[in-house]
Order: sequence, then C-alpha cells, then structure tokens
Amino acid sequence: MKGGQALIKSLIDKGADTVFGYPGGQLLPLYDMIYDSDLKHILVRHEQCAAHAADGYARASGKVGVCIATSGPGATNLVTGIATAYMDSSPVLSIAGQVPTHLIGNDAFQEVDMIGITMPITKHNFQVMDANEIPAIVNSSFEIALSGRPGPIVIDLPKDIQEQELEEYRNELLDIPGYKPTKKGHGLQIKRAAQTIIKSKKPVILAGGGVISAGASSELKQLAEIINAPVTTSLLGKSSFPEDHPASMGMLGMHGRKVANISVDESDCLIAIGCRFSDRTTGKIDEFAPNATIIHIDVDPAEIGKNVEVDVPIVGDAKVVLQSMIKMLKKDTSGLDTLKWIEHVKKFNKNCIPRISFENDHPLKPQQVMKELAQALDEDTIMTTDVGQNQMWMAHFFNTTKPRTFISSGGLGTMGFGFPAAMGAKVAMPENDVVAVCGDGGFLMVCQDLATVKEYDIPVVVCVLDNRYLGMVAQWQKLFYDERMSHTHLGEVPDFVKLAESFGVRAERVEKVGETQQAMKDALKSGEPTLLDIIIDPDEILPMVPPGCGLTEIVGEYKVEREIPGDIRYKTPGKAQEGGD
Amino acid sequence: MPTKMEKSTEKNHIISALVEHKPGVLQRVAGLFTRRGFNIESITVGESEIPGLARMTIIAHGDQQVLEQITKQLNKLLDVIKVRDLEVDSTVKRELCLIKVHAPTEKVRSEIIQYANIFRGRIIDVSSEALTIEITGDSDKIDALTDLLKGFGIKELARTGPTAMSRGAKTI
Repeated sequence: MKGGQALIKSLIDKGADTVFGYPGGQLLPLYDMIYDSDLKHILVRHEQCAAHAADGYARASGKVGVCIATSGPGATNLVTGIATAYMDSSPVLSIAGQVPTHLIGNDAFQEVDMIGITMPITKHNFQVMDANEIPAIVNSSFEIALSGRPGPIVIDLPKDIQEQELEEYRNELLDIPGYKPTKKGHGLQIKRAAQTIIKSKKPVILAGGGVISAGASSELKQLAEIINAPVTTSLLGKSSFPEDHPASMGMLGMHGRKVANISVDESDCLIAIGCRFSDRTTGKIDEFAPNATIIHIDVDPAEIGKNVEVDVPIVGDAKVVLQSMIKMLKKDTSGLDTLKWIEHVKKFNKNCIPRISFENDHPLKPQQVMKELAQALDEDTIMTTDVGQNQMWMAHFFNTTKPRTFISSGGLGTMGFGFPAAMGAKVAMPENDVVAVCGDGGFLMVCQDLATVKEYDIPVVVCVLDNRYLGMVAQWQKLFYDERMSHTHLGEVPDFVKLAESFGVRAERVEKVGETQQAMKDALKSGEPTLLDIIIDPDEILPMVPPGCGLTEIVGEYKVEREIPGDIRYKTPGKAQEGGD
Repeated sequence: MPTKMEKSTEKNHIISALVEHKPGVLQRVAGLFTRRGFNIESITVGESEIPGLARMTIIAHGDQQVLEQITKQLNKLLDVIKVRDLEVDSTVKRELCLIKVHAPTEKVRSEIIQYANIFRGRIIDVSSEALTIEITGDSDKIDALTDLLKGFGIKELARTGPTAMSRGAKTI
C-alpha cells in the first residue's frame, strides 16, 4: 500500500464519506489513487470553497469535514477557510499537497511553508515525512479535531510520501502526552456554582457555540427551566436554545436585542456556557455585567479569565458539567427566588420582539424577507449566512429552534462563507433543506461555485439579499464617518439571475411582498440548486452598540411589535470611542 | 482555581516547560508569544532528563493575568507536556555568558584576569589582542562583570539567557 492509499483508507475508516478538493501538480499521485477508490470527492471551483464547505459539513453534522488542496497557491487558498474554522472551533481537516521532501526548503515550484503559515490558525498541524505514520496521523487528527475544544487540523503531504510504499498499515494513534482535554468539571466548583445560582435573584444564561459542539442543548433547556433564567446567546450559540421558548431573549452584544443587553446588565448571576466573551458579545469590558457574579463553563481553560474576570470557573465539557449541575440543583431548589425576575424579563421580552411584517414597503425590507423565509421553511432547515447585515438580520429576525440549524462565520467574519458552507451542509445532511442567506458582496466572492452545485446536483437555495452595497460597512460609514460612502457601493452589475443561469442554475428575481415565500417554496419543490436574487432596501440600518461602548448604550431602535414600557432604564446612546473597532 | 484576579503589578516570571524535542516546537512557542502579544525576555531550550523531551526556560514579563494566560496558552500546544511557573524565591537560575574583551597589553590582561577571578569566571581563550571570559551565574552577577569590563572595551558578548530549576527535591 502506498502513502496516498493509506490516507484514503484511513479517511474512509474514520467515516469521512465525502471530501471537498481541488487537484494540482503535487497531488497527482494522491488524485490518481482517489480515481480508483471509494472516497467521494467533490471538485470545487476555488480551494477557499473547499475549506468552507468542509466547515459547513462539520458544523451541520458534528463530524470532521475534510478538504484537500495542492501545494503552494492551492494550500494558501485554504487559509481563510482554516482561520474561519479555527475562530469558530470547527473540526475541519485540511490536507495540503507539498513538494517532494528533498525539495522542501529550496523554494521549489509551488512550495509554501504551510506548517508555518497555519501554526497560529490550527489546533495542530502535521508534516508527514514517512508514509508509515499516515494512519496514525489521520486517526489522531480526527481525535484532536473533535475532542476538547474542537478545531481545525492541517496535514502537509509531500508528493514522494504519497507514493512511498508502507511497510505495514498500522491502525494506531499517535502518542501525544501533551494532550489531555478535561471533560468532567471539578465537583467542588460545580457545587459552588450551584450555590451561587440558588442564591441569585436575577440569573441570566449566556450560551455560546460550545453548547452546540458539546450537544448540550437539552441540558441547557433543563437548566434554564429549573432556575427560571432567561437565555441569551452569542452569534455562534444561536440555535442552542429554542428561540420560540418564552425564556429566549435572542442574541447578546453589539447587535444584540435590547432585552438581552439590558438583562445582562441587570443580572446578579451570569452563567456563561461554552462562550469566549468576544468583544462583539461583551461591548466595553469594564461595563459588562457589572452587577453579576460570573460563572464560566468552558472546555478550554485558556478561555477562562482571558477577556472577562470570572468568579466561578469550571473547566469541562458543557454537557457533562451541566448534567452534574442539574443533578445538584434538582436536589433542593427551595431557596430559589427567581420567579419575579423571569416574569419581568418575559414581559420585557414580549415587548422587544422585533417587528418583521413590512407588507407595504417597497423596496422589500429584510425583515419581511426573513418572515417569508420562516413561513416557507420548516424547523429542520439548516440556515447559513454570510457576514454583515445579512448575518445580523438572520440573527435577529429568523428564529431557530434546533441545534446545528444556524451556521455562520462568527469569529473571523468571513465574507463568502455562507454559500460554500451551505454546499457542505447539504452534502452532510441531504435530508434537510439547506438555505444560504448572503449579501450580494459576499456571494460574488464565491459565485464560481455555482458550477459545483450544478455539476454535483447539490440542491441548496441561495438567497442573495441584493442592495448593491457592502451593507454593514456602509452602515458604519453612515453612523460614524459622516456618510462618506468610500468604496461601499457595488454598482449595477452583475445580473445575479443571468449569472446563475449561465451556470445552468435555476434563478429567480424577487422584488415584491409575498414573492420570497413563493419563490422559496418553488425552489425546494424543484429539488434543484436555486438562486433567489432578492432586491432589498439599501437604507435599512441595524440598531447597534457603538464600538467601545457598554451594552446598554444602544443607538437606534428596532421597530417592535409592541411598545416598550417606561420602567426600563437606558443610558444615553454613546458615540464610537477612540480605538474602538 | 483562580477567582476574580487582583490587578497585580508587572514583573518577570520564570516559566519552565517540558516539551517534545522535535523540529518546529520552538517556532510554535515563539509564535504563540508574538501572536498573543506576550513580552518575552528570553527562551533557553535543550535536552531534558527524559529522552525525546526538551526543557524550555522562558523569562516573560507581565502581571498575574498575563502569566496565567501564558501558562494556559502554552498548555494548549500539543507539543507542550508540562508548564510550571517557578517561584522566584525558591528557584536556582543560571546563565552562561562569553565575553571577548579588548586586551592589547600585559598589564590590561592581568587586570582583566583578576576581575574574572573575583567573579569566578574562566579565561577560555587568549590572544595578543583579546581575552575571552566564560562566566556562569545569575543575571545580576553577569551584568556586574560586563559593566566592569566595558571600560576595557567589549568586542563581543554572547549570553544564553537564564535556565532555571526549583530548589530541593521538587521537579516539574
């Protein structure tokens, strides 16, 4: 057996049914072996899409997503996708071709130091210098990618190693004494947390992406219901808690919902689970949850105390920790006095439900589009987003109820993520409908992969929210840069319908109320990949917390379904502070 | 377990780490320090008592929170097996320094040799123009000697940076 064959065998043995890739000179031996193998390979049209598709595959299924690219430019094209996966703790395995071992370091044709480049954006990376190690490296890569805090892995595979004959295929793991992720939380710490919660009057739960990767959604719901705590999420935590639940406050942060931002401000006990307190979530750190005792559950010890000072740290897997915490809490809840709080928040919450019906507006309001999408889609539909206004609109106006049904690039904020991630998600979960909601700017960065969804018949629906602007940047220019719209208008081309049709992809333009819903239903019924070019109002602006301000200093108001009562305190809306970004 | 951290003053910390002895590990560690914006004064690395493992001594600057982050981030690297922050008071710390001093005359040479002897340094090379001194000790001692020798003209100086170990039977 040769190195390349050993790679293919170990990938298949680890359950990687599909890989996304793009061949090249230094991968010719491997691709020649893929030709005869059972490995399902999807040829993307740009390596970045291979990485994003593998990421979407991983986030939708909870399995490792695999992508392959050749050495040099192929590998560097993966880098954005790898960094995206790293920031959002997604288990992506990237296999990069490399020049033959005797040429490494010579600046050979299409040589790049992929190990050096990806060191800061991977959980770990390997350069294979002996084909006999391939099975162990692949097996360990899967283990590392999925265990503890998940993350991306890179395997750098020189051309000659692909052809090297193995002495023996040994199905083993690498010995890595430096890797022992903590799963079970410290008993005493969990007890301290439980006591703190019982004593609190105004608990709030902040759920992050860690809840989803740990599969702890049902535990989260139980905890919230036992202690009467309202739940807010980070962007990546969206879908960890059913957003139709009366205790759901939606997203927290810079673009957070008012009820979430203000409740965290008022809370006396913040239970943060699997989140890393990103600056987009906390706002000005000195003013974050000023009255709260903070309990932080995270599988990565380095996240605890990194951004926010924590009172009760618990290192462990969210599911395991929550299970033992719930057990403790269930024994005795007699001291709990939180009913008044949850009733107050629920009332406030009802008055913060954003208005999504805009039936008389033309051009279409994004809220109306979201509403119609929700009407056309079921709760098992996997939604992916791009980055910018489209992402925040989705976060606010589109409710999700089941984990792994909302996939978005949170940490790195990668434009162009939504469409290829949807492609990967659909491949992983063919039974679920998959819809990408993108902006026109982000979609254009990856539109070439319309060829992939057509050729492989991957029936995703891409909604291009078309306002001809880089909406989020334009919004900041309007709010903070005196409306000097420097290079954010995208002009009048392309015609997205014609663009899609040139790839043989079904396409439709949507301009009127009611059409989104119908077009989406038709798209799903067709069973074909479809692009919907949805023309929306370019002037729609999101309320936000200016950079450098505290979470309660919200600028702008969402139009809500009902009016907010007068007993909620507000600070004066802030201005962007120096150095904020 | 640390609780809400007191804002402590910044100081130098001695971090001892047991790491895999293989290519790329130093790059991973050094890269981590750059990327996270940690201030690093020196790193020394060499074989340890365990075959296949190397011991790194890192001198880093920062407050208690920075130190905690450094330790945790180092622990996250798969090639790092153990990390310990060494207590300054109960740690022996040594540094090696080679100093080439301008010494054109017999008189100057004997003067330099006397200084070297006082500091328990050794002369490891002599020529008509220069003397090379080897000195081992903590950083203050080396600073003191180099200050003295500056007057003669230091032609070249190479310091290893400190390596360190806990006193007593304690190991990491």
